Amino acid sequence: IAERANLAGVRHILLVLSGKGGVGKSTLSTELALALRHAGKRVGILDVDLCGPSIPRMLRVQDSAVHQCDSGWVPVLAGQDKAIALMSIGFLLERPDDAVVWRGPKKNALIKQFVTDVAWGELDFLIVDTPPGTSDEHISTVEALRPYQLLGAVLVTTPQ
Amino acid sequence: VRHTVLVLSGKGGVGKSTFSALLAHGLAADETKQVALLDIDICGPSIPKIMGLEGEQVHQSGSGWSPVYVEENLGVMSVGFLLSSPDDAVIWRGPKKNGLIKQFLRDVDWGEVDYLIVDTPPGTSDEHLSIVQYLSATHIDGAVIVTTPQEVSLQDVRKEINFCHKVKLPIIGVVENMSGFVCPKCKNESQIFPPTTGGAEKMCQNLSVSLLGKVPLDPQIGKSCDRGQSFLAEAPESPATLSYRNIIQRIQEYCEQHHLQEEKIM
Repeated sequence: IAERANLAGVRHILLVLSGKGGVGKSTLSTELALALRHAGKRVGILDVDLCGPSIPRMLRVQDSAVHQCDSGWVPVLAGQDKAIALMSIGFLLERPDDAVVWRGPKKNALIKQFVTDVAWGELDFLIVDTPPGTSDEHISTVEALRPYQLLGAVLVTTPQ
Repeated sequence: VRHTVLVLSGKGGVGKSTFSALLAHGLAADETKQVALLDIDICGPSIPKIMGLEGEQVHQSGSGWSPVYVEENLGVMSVGFLLSSPDDAVIWRGPKKNGLIKQFLRDVDWGEVDYLIVDTPPGTSDEHLSIVQYLSATHIDGAVIVTTPQEVSLQDVRKEINFCHKVKLPIIGVVENMSGFVCPKCKNESQIFPPTTGGAEKMCQNLSVSLLGKVPLDPQIGKSCDRGQSFLAEAPESPATLSYRNIIQRIQEYCEQHHLQEEKIM
């Protein structure tokens, strides 16, 4: 019940995918969140790129830490009006240059936790930023989000 | 295999595959050298297209899998050759990817090779752990780490450098791609990806690793890759070609020196 509760207040979940690296997924996820916020929506970003989490720096909260509450982790509030809820492995690293050198199963466990154990509250949009590829992170994210309202995926590319 | 070089990044889309391909072409220009290019990016194998080998299939023989040869002295292996269609997604979890990488290393009949270049996917995960583990019995000369100048790339690349330290993989040096753009018409230089925190140069200074070189953006690079042609051959006069050639030479020198040191020790 607690699992459903954390995402129960989220109206739309959308994935930002590519396959290819370096095309601007994180940049787009950030700009999309800021634009939706500007339009008065309640927005959150879930950054499931465990090896290369870019969102915290893009929203200038790379030095923030996460806290726990009864329903799980409290997302970091970012953006000019501190109203964009953000969760990223970037906040769990002791040092920003620490490499997260994990194999699939450990990554899967954390992604599951990110999906079910973050107290998102009431959101109109939750944007899920993903790493390049079609592997553990993607399979686990889609599997973990299956019980919820997945709006769909935005695919990012460059021309070549 | 005499020398093994891993091409890594941490960040995606910085030009690892492009660089791996050009390193392979550059080394194979010496016809007395046998070069092997192994693409272990299982989800996004770019090497077949960049090397002009799309649609090629891998043949099995008694001695194992045959690499696909671009030149007599340049052989290539990639999961791309095992797909029935280039748009097939390989949606595998870590353990299955590791299994294939093991097979590539064990079952591909490379023959005698002077240089084995391994192109990797972005990140610090299964593929990277596996390749270092599986190659630990043989000898990896070192890693070439590719980045672009902006901080968003560097922050992932620092992690990769730490990964190398963690697994005791020597770092040959860092290559900064997309480092400036010179307009072919007005010759003005622009920083398309401004090095807001000092670029690879500052990072290398801070982390005491070698900066092998900076390669400017040249639209011809992307075109050559899309067409499966060697950029070095198609644009021999480009400043980017000059940079690449210098970097390739430094890598060669590093490998040769290493070899001499090893022989001394033995």
